[in-house]
Amino acid sequence: MDNPNITAHTVTRRNFFKLLGGGVAIILTWSDLFATGEIADDKSIAAWIHIQENGKITVFTGKVEVGQNIRTSLAQVVAEELSVPVNDIEMIMGDTMLTPYDRGTYGSLTTPTMGPQLRKAAASLKDALADMAAAEWKTDKQSVKVKDGKVTGAGQTLSYGELTKGKKITIPLNDKVTLTPAEQWTVAGTAVPKINGKNFVSGKHKYVSDMAVPGMVYGKILRAPSYGASLVTANVDKAKASPGVTVVQEKNFIGVTAPDPQTAANAIARIDAQWTPSPQPSKANIFAYLKDNARQNDSGKSAKEAAEKAFAASTIQVKQNFEVQYIAHVPLEPRAAIAIWENGELTVWTGTQRPFGVQEELASAFSIPKEKIRVIMPDTGSAYGGKHSGEAAVEAAKLAKAVGKPVKLVWTREEEFKWAYLRPGGLVEVAASANKDGSITSWEFHNYNSGNAGIDTPYEAANTHIQFHPSNTPLKQGSYRGLAATANIFAIESVMDDLARKLKRDPLEFRLSNLKDERLKNVLQSAATKFGWKKEKKAGHGYGIACGFVKNSYIATCVEVMHDKATEELKVIRITAAYDCGAIVNPLHLESQTLGAILQGLGGALFEEIDFMDGKILNASLSSYRVPRFTDIPPLDIVLINRKDLPSAGAGETPIVAIAPAIRNAILDATGIKLYTLPLIPQGLKTNS
Amino acid sequence: MKINVNSTDYTLDVPDNTTLLDALRVHLNLTGSKYGCGEGACGACKVLIDGHAVPSCITLVASVQNKAILTIEGLEKDGKLHPMQQAFLDADAFQCAYCSSGMIMAAIALKARNPKPSRQEIVEAMQGNICRCCVYPRIINAITHG
Repeated sequence: MDNPNITAHTVTRRNFFKLLGGGVAIILTWSDLFATGEIADDKSIAAWIHIQENGKITVFTGKVEVGQNIRTSLAQVVAEELSVPVNDIEMIMGDTMLTPYDRGTYGSLTTPTMGPQLRKAAASLKDALADMAAAEWKTDKQSVKVKDGKVTGAGQTLSYGELTKGKKITIPLNDKVTLTPAEQWTVAGTAVPKINGKNFVSGKHKYVSDMAVPGMVYGKILRAPSYGASLVTANVDKAKASPGVTVVQEKNFIGVTAPDPQTAANAIARIDAQWTPSPQPSKANIFAYLKDNARQNDSGKSAKEAAEKAFAASTIQVKQNFEVQYIAHVPLEPRAAIAIWENGELTVWTGTQRPFGVQEELASAFSIPKEKIRVIMPDTGSAYGGKHSGEAAVEAAKLAKAVGKPVKLVWTREEEFKWAYLRPGGLVEVAASANKDGSITSWEFHNYNSGNAGIDTPYEAANTHIQFHPSNTPLKQGSYRGLAATANIFAIESVMDDLARKLKRDPLEFRLSNLKDERLKNVLQSAATKFGWKKEKKAGHGYGIACGFVKNSYIATCVEVMHDKATEELKVIRITAAYDCGAIVNPLHLESQTLGAILQGLGGALFEEIDFMDGKILNASLSSYRVPRFTDIPPLDIVLINRKDLPSAGAGETPIVAIAPAIRNAILDATGIKLYTLPLIPQGLKTNS
Repeated sequence: MKINVNSTDYTLDVPDNTTLLDALRVHLNLTGSKYGCGEGACGACKVLIDGHAVPSCITLVASVQNKAILTIEGLEKDGKLHPMQQAFLDADAFQCAYCSSGMIMAAIALKARNPKPSRQEIVEAMQGNICRCCVYPRIINAITHG
């Protein structure tokens, strides 16, 4: 532990300066963030910024870095408001002892919630420095200037550190403080490169899977052969006989520890276990299963009847089911954890989007108060919504407790595919109709299992009936980039194209005529202009367009595909996207997020799918589960629309939602073939046509 | 067992079926090479063996005893980054950066045999390396300029 005097593993107002040294700190509460009106006790603290006596500025936030580069963007907004270079800021993130409670880094929440509040906190802190200097120099606050890391006034100049020396002051957030408008940003809004980038290209950054602690042994868990299988007997004698190996057995949990990972894997392989399987649905019947097991939803009966009536009365009708397969996040760094028990207290390093959630998981697994548990999250090898949970942390801690030594546990790729969770599969049923003038008369939309995100149509429709039906998933499922919006917007945008074709209308113009949202219209037009929507196509080529919005950010994507009739080969030729997420905090990293999401979405659009039968994942490897690679990448053109007049929204999710329907609509344009599944063409176009 | 990594000789006492990747990461504490798949399908573990980029996760350490092994840790000279590392840094060619070591090693091998690769030659040569954050266009830029 860093400080043996701290018994409760949480920094509080009371022990803040004792633990972190003197200076001036501003404490930001959750009620500042969400205006919940809760009393600002220690638990409600959301973040803090601390200027130490030596001038070091430290920001403490429970948010975590998984490659989205918020370590950089949050430092930028603080540097901007405090008027210091970005390199003067140190970000302490995702450590349950050092940082305040945070429910997790997901749902594109960091930029719209933590970002503006850190700005306000930094601005309040700067304002307080002026107050302090004015009082000390017995001068008027108006004559004190706080700029470029220095406080000047009354003929004197002090650095922030010199001014705060010897003080132990906490400052409340000043709600009335003036923030620097985006138009005047000089640090925020610029292309600051990844903080500590050099550590990553030199291999020096320690991901959890790279870490080692003294006396550590390596853990490995015995896995069931399929979901729902129960252990009958296990003979662990041969495993026990391996030198250095300890077998840990608690009911159905069997694991080993060994001096090195290979010895641990060899020992697990020597366990002779008998399992009883249980009946499980397979990929072949999954969509019927999801619908049969869906919870009925009888609400909105009159809306349903009105939509059905309008549908029946309309001449232009589209009625279609969509099937969306389960897909895997495949974070390149699989789950990993190191667990240490000391005097009944537990410290765990693990890659997770929810360090405080993992702390709670551990508290419940071991029936100890969470104050006795510290979870630390070093910058991690990606997540994409796939690392909300703490499986590896719990397993490592179980083994560590049993063997009385620190234990490191790194999941294999196969374990990550089989025992983490997936983006839900789903069935979407749509019935939509239009008048000959192109106005949409009815829109009935049911999603089974994948979720609510992006389920509402952005288009004007006279009658709507839209429902999500939760179901029983046979596979572990959870969060994913954009979550259900990848399924729902695929269905919405495919139906819009089908309607446009029945009406003999241009798909872009048909969308624009049914939209009221100016930002969505703007990205559609920007993408189409840049793409050259009206440009003539070569024979066998097709254009497709799609758009969507999630959490206050807007994407439109245009795609050109080429279909070679002789070879049946289908190729994505180029992609153009326009994206608006408000005021841009870092154009370099926003572009990375946008192109990364679109190209990741290319996998789910074209070929990614989990294959499973009788409770077994059949393609649990990177040689059998296909993800986008270099040769899959078409030229990509991205237009970032910088709305300095609007708040910044999170950008990690939305750009993924429009690529699949845009490709689907381009295939339709090139071939006349209407596809209603994700992935679109896992075996090439032929088998799906 | 003796191996030579980054021009240094090491003696190892490891199980017979130990991979080069485990030997580097676990036994020599050279953790810059990453585990991503264990079957040579993602490239995160790539190192240079006598100049060739090879997935160390499917290479038995016993099989490379008389070879020159170069890892990401061996690239810096006098505290200065290798030009390819610098190119990745300049192009911001990563998000989570877990793939960066393997990408950089594969790119160095490519440039050694083909100093001015076309885009097509780059994507074909790099096909064995996965960037799951999918910032492939930036990586192609970095390799072009590295």
